Amino acid sequence: MELKPGFLSKNPSVLVFLLVLALFTLGVTLMSEAYGSGAISTSFVKTLGKTLCLCLIAIAMDLIWGYTGILSLGHFAFFGLGGYMIGMWLMYARTRDIVLGSLTGLPPTPQEINDAVATQIFGVVGTSELPAIWSFAGSLPAQLALVVLVPGLLALIFGWLAFRSRVTGVYLSILTQAMTLALSLYLFQNESGLRGNNGLSGLQNIPGLTADQDHLSVWFLWGSAAALALGYLLAAFVTSGKFGSVMRGIRDDEARVRFLGYSVETYKLFIFTLTAVIAAIAGALYYPQAGIINPGEMAPIASIYLAVWVAIGGRGRLYGAVVGAAFVSLVSTWFTGGRAPDLNLGFYTVKWVDWWQVLLGLSFVLVTLFAPKGLAGLVDMVQGLRPPKRGGAPLGPDDGSLQEREANE
Amino acid sequence: MSGTSTLLEVSGISVTFDGFRAINNLSFNIGAAELRAIIGPNGAGKTTFMDIVTGKTRPDEGSVLWGEMSRNLLKMNESQIARIGIGRKFQRPTVFEDQSVSDNLMMALKAARGPWRVLVWRPKEEDHARVAALAEQVGLGDQLARKSGELSHGQKQWLEIGMLLAQEPKLLLVDEPAAGMTLAEREQTTALLVELAKTRAVVVVEHDMEFVRRLDCKVTVLHEGSVLAEGSLDHVTANPKVIEVYLGR
Amino acid sequence: MAVCLALPAFAQDSVAPTVDNSPEAAQVLPETGLAAILGKHAEAIAKPSRRTIGPVIEEIGAAGEGAPEFLEAWADKRVGQRASDGRFFLIEKVADGYRLTDPATGADAGTAAKSDISELRPNSGVRGVIASALVASQLNDPDPARRQTALDSLARDGAAEHLEPLRASIEAESDPALRERKERLEGLLTLRFDADPAARIAAIERFSGDLGLDVRAALNPIVTTTRRAFAGSPEGNVAAVLRPGRQITAEEAYTLLVAQDLAPARLTRADLRAALQANLQDGQVGGYALEELDTPAARDAAYTALEQAGIVPAAATDDEVTALVAEHSFADIYTEPNADVTSAARRALDAIETKVGVMQAADLGLDALSLASIYFLAAIGLAITFGVMGVINMAHGEFITMGAYTGYVVQLLIPDYTVSILVALPLAFAITFAAGVTMERLVIRFLYKRPLETLLATFGISIALQQIFKNIFGTQARPLTSPAWLDGAWVLNDVVSISYIRIAIFVLALIFLGVFLFIMKRTRLGLEVRAVTQNPSMAASMGINPDRINMLTFGLGSGIAGVAGVAIGLFAKVTSELGSDYIVQSFMTVVVGGVGNIWGTLAGAGLIGTLQKGIEWLNPSNTLAAQTYMILFIIAFIQFRPRGIIALKGRAAGD
Repeated sequence: MELKPGFLSKNPSVLVFLLVLALFTLGVTLMSEAYGSGAISTSFVKTLGKTLCLCLIAIAMDLIWGYTGILSLGHFAFFGLGGYMIGMWLMYARTRDIVLGSLTGLPPTPQEINDAVATQIFGVVGTSELPAIWSFAGSLPAQLALVVLVPGLLALIFGWLAFRSRVTGVYLSILTQAMTLALSLYLFQNESGLRGNNGLSGLQNIPGLTADQDHLSVWFLWGSAAALALGYLLAAFVTSGKFGSVMRGIRDDEARVRFLGYSVETYKLFIFTLTAVIAAIAGALYYPQAGIINPGEMAPIASIYLAVWVAIGGRGRLYGAVVGAAFVSLVSTWFTGGRAPDLNLGFYTVKWVDWWQVLLGLSFVLVTLFAPKGLAGLVDMVQGLRPPKRGGAPLGPDDGSLQEREANE
Repeated sequence: MSGTSTLLEVSGISVTFDGFRAINNLSFNIGAAELRAIIGPNGAGKTTFMDIVTGKTRPDEGSVLWGEMSRNLLKMNESQIARIGIGRKFQRPTVFEDQSVSDNLMMALKAARGPWRVLVWRPKEEDHARVAALAEQVGLGDQLARKSGELSHGQKQWLEIGMLLAQEPKLLLVDEPAAGMTLAEREQTTALLVELAKTRAVVVVEHDMEFVRRLDCKVTVLHEGSVLAEGSLDHVTANPKVIEVYLGR
Repeated sequence: MAVCLALPAFAQDSVAPTVDNSPEAAQVLPETGLAAILGKHAEAIAKPSRRTIGPVIEEIGAAGEGAPEFLEAWADKRVGQRASDGRFFLIEKVADGYRLTDPATGADAGTAAKSDISELRPNSGVRGVIASALVASQLNDPDPARRQTALDSLARDGAAEHLEPLRASIEAESDPALRERKERLEGLLTLRFDADPAARIAAIERFSGDLGLDVRAALNPIVTTTRRAFAGSPEGNVAAVLRPGRQITAEEAYTLLVAQDLAPARLTRADLRAALQANLQDGQVGGYALEELDTPAARDAAYTALEQAGIVPAAATDDEVTALVAEHSFADIYTEPNADVTSAARRALDAIETKVGVMQAADLGLDALSLASIYFLAAIGLAITFGVMGVINMAHGEFITMGAYTGYVVQLLIPDYTVSILVALPLAFAITFAAGVTMERLVIRFLYKRPLETLLATFGISIALQQIFKNIFGTQARPLTSPAWLDGAWVLNDVVSISYIRIAIFVLALIFLGVFLFIMKRTRLGLEVRAVTQNPSMAASMGINPDRINMLTFGLGSGIAGVAGVAIGLFAKVTSELGSDYIVQSFMTVVVGGVGNIWGTLAGAGLIGTLQKGIEWLNPSNTLAAQTYMILFIIAFIQFRPRGIIALKGRAAGD
């Protein structure tokens, strides 16, 4: 990635974003239990760190949906896969440490270590053989490479098949949803070699590090913030300039882009794979903070929630995606965590644990109906930058582009 | 065939939609620097013909060959065809309304089209100059920063022509360029097309006989998916079959 | 056995006189019937021998009342002899002795101390004789119900000794159904137990192609094999010779040798480790440093060193293993010694299996058909809204759930299941129709031409509705019971059957197809719907109100979802997630079938139903895998027909 001088000055929002992110990270660090006053509990630091990862995948979603117009309902599958890949190393390496610590007498052969680790890990699913996909689990660099390679390759193959046959719009959304479902159903099986519905656990302990969770949580927060910053810079770089023009062109009228000589399918595949990799990296940072991953995390509904965050934040804008993901996931944590006060209506007491989903669903409908630009639309209103109405714009062949809202008015 | 080599050679193509024969054994040639008008009543197959040449529709039979190397266009997809030098202007102006005039032109500018190359591509001084010149040529010199969605209908038409020029195609397919234009704009368009045809092939699909007369070029009349007559405008308008088709029996 | 059964006829006279000498005989003379016979043969009964007891049992069997019960109890070791008077009683253990029942009258005869009673323990040979006598008497019982019961028990665990009495009883059987059953059982017992191989083969051939489970159960034991190793060439009735490395791995072959004590066990890794561990001295094992022993090679070397020192027993080396395996031959041997019988049985089983295969395919076809009708029902509403209006309704699944819950609530109010279903179907339609229209008016009509946003907005409604269902009905499954006349299944034979409920769903799907076609092709509404689908603005200019048509179409699609919900609820668990379990398959049905065509939906449902059942058949243990593979297939399918099975082409596709 080469940033021309003036890139930041041309994209002032990037600078503002990075500044806010840096201040946020600094603030949390100073209030953490490990490095500061302790005003923020370690578990909340983890929540914030996880939220940053969700912001990162929201950026990926914004690239593919907000900018390119492909409503992928499959990016959480890549997120989960990234988590699984790093989780395999975390679990294997930690179990190996435990096994080595408990052995006495003869020094173990590699085979014995493998068997003992396999028994520890796969006892719950009734087998003691290490599946072939765990071949590299003992090596951190290999698994880190797989974090990128496995989801990237899956996205490449799936995207190639889907885009090549010119599946677009709602069809493509349903197809990506089917892919996610297939993947999560596959992982639910014990035969998948990833412990079926037990998933991988104990991921919060980093093998080889003796630091406690207080410190680890802050380090992960830093890591997540750095990844988010890099992801934001990358996304800003990709969306600026001609590549960004092509992306938006594909969103608004892909046939026209084709007649300009751009291979739309290649571009879609490029963006799909790129965002899948971003999602996977976000997942690889998220799950060590969450501590556990199971196939339920990758159910299609998760990816739809992702679309919800981006829509509420405001798609087609990078900061919109970040704001949406952070806002909705934090509010969601607040409501579902039982911390929100019950609402007494006199005849009925609204318990938010039960009603938050309803509120979320309905507010989502309202946002779609009345604020297609999401929370980021507020920025426009403040700045008075709302573009004038383009009355009479004909409906493009690709339904769903932003400006066609006027068509119904 | 004229002295110049044939640029595009369409022979014996047919295409059927659900039993309806949109194109029926149609053959068509055009030289490297030639202006040609295609006329014909509604449903004659004019748009489908353009769809086939630009790769949007695949014919059931026939061949479409391109250039001196006689490359088979039927083996290529839309973007490849666009890259070898066939530009198309649609009936309705289709520009990217969410983006500025200069972005639109910059995207169309002849340059590498691959994702990696585009990703690292940044406009140089001469690119900006070229965009400005193109905008000047189509009368949008002072509109570069505006969102193209805010332009008037005619301006959008012009922007699209500008984008077409930015591609520097060897063959231009222009679908009803004069639709929705004022009289002055039509004059301007005619002049531009005639000028362009001096250095490249231009095919104009048009309804409006008056406009075609002004182009003063060879005319191909399509009817029910095949060529009914070909020649100068006076020649074809004298053809009794053409009269029957246009005026009814 | 047959010899023993034939015995009584001539043995009776020779045994009887000896019994008269017993002292107890005089004592019980006044008694008649069973009691008399028991008294007469007390000694023989108390200490029976298989060779001589035949006539006695024959006599008891013919004694009439109480005899079968006595024989049964005797065989079951529930008969005791009282030491004081030598009389026999049916005994039942109680806390401090036995409760006694008079065998002849069935009257309670009080209790007796443990020491008073000696339990009769007939050996297995005698028990066999008793059983066959018992069977003979039951098979000839005047009461058809008892004959039936006897046949049931024979079918369950028939044995060789039952064959003769069964054959004997066929002639006298008056009931045609029972006679047929007896003949069938006779055949089944013959093919298993007859002494004459020719008779067995004839019986086997008689059943060739018979689909009954009983036939397969009878034939399978004949062809069971055991895997054995032989020092020379295989002996016995060889089913298959197994060559190491081909049909059997060398490893398995050696394990077989070890199991038959033809070879010493190999040294397992755990044993090796234990042996080394045990001989650890001063951080060294057999001259090797402890730290070095972290590879299999080093450990083997250390063990060999110990071996040479004579500290540990020699373990078979790889060469020895190979040699031993090469020296032996391995084969699957039939338990049944007669080769003609086994090959006849194999042939018969093969013939049956072929037929079963065909029948299973038919059964699978029926299953697939019923699954397809479920998907069709679930998808048809979606196809209407998607095909006609271009609106993807993610809340469609929740409308299905809504229908199912409607059925549940109606059943709470109306206890009669038949009536409640008849009320629930139209009510579910009405409720979901209203819900659909409300949703269309409030949300969807503002989002036409923005399909992706419709998708998300309806998804929002979907999660809200799902949570509301949870809040109202809880998370546990609610019962939706089908009427009694829908219980049970239509059974064609032991392989092919289909439950009535699935037939009902199939019929329901057909009805809906018919209704839909009627509405679309024969009514004004259908005409207007088609007009609006093809060209809304043109339709509007001809006086059709597209708003109204869209509203009604959406209502119709939602209403059908409600009805489908009632149908699905009858066999699936009614929870708030019922609909979402079907939604992805419904989408797939629509996508695979092609948009905008009811026949496409039908074809899509058929394809997906067949596919899912087919994959489940290939891999029956794993429904999850079946779904995974199905989705992968669909993704591949889209490659070849991106617009579905029945696709609109050309300009009509509105590219």
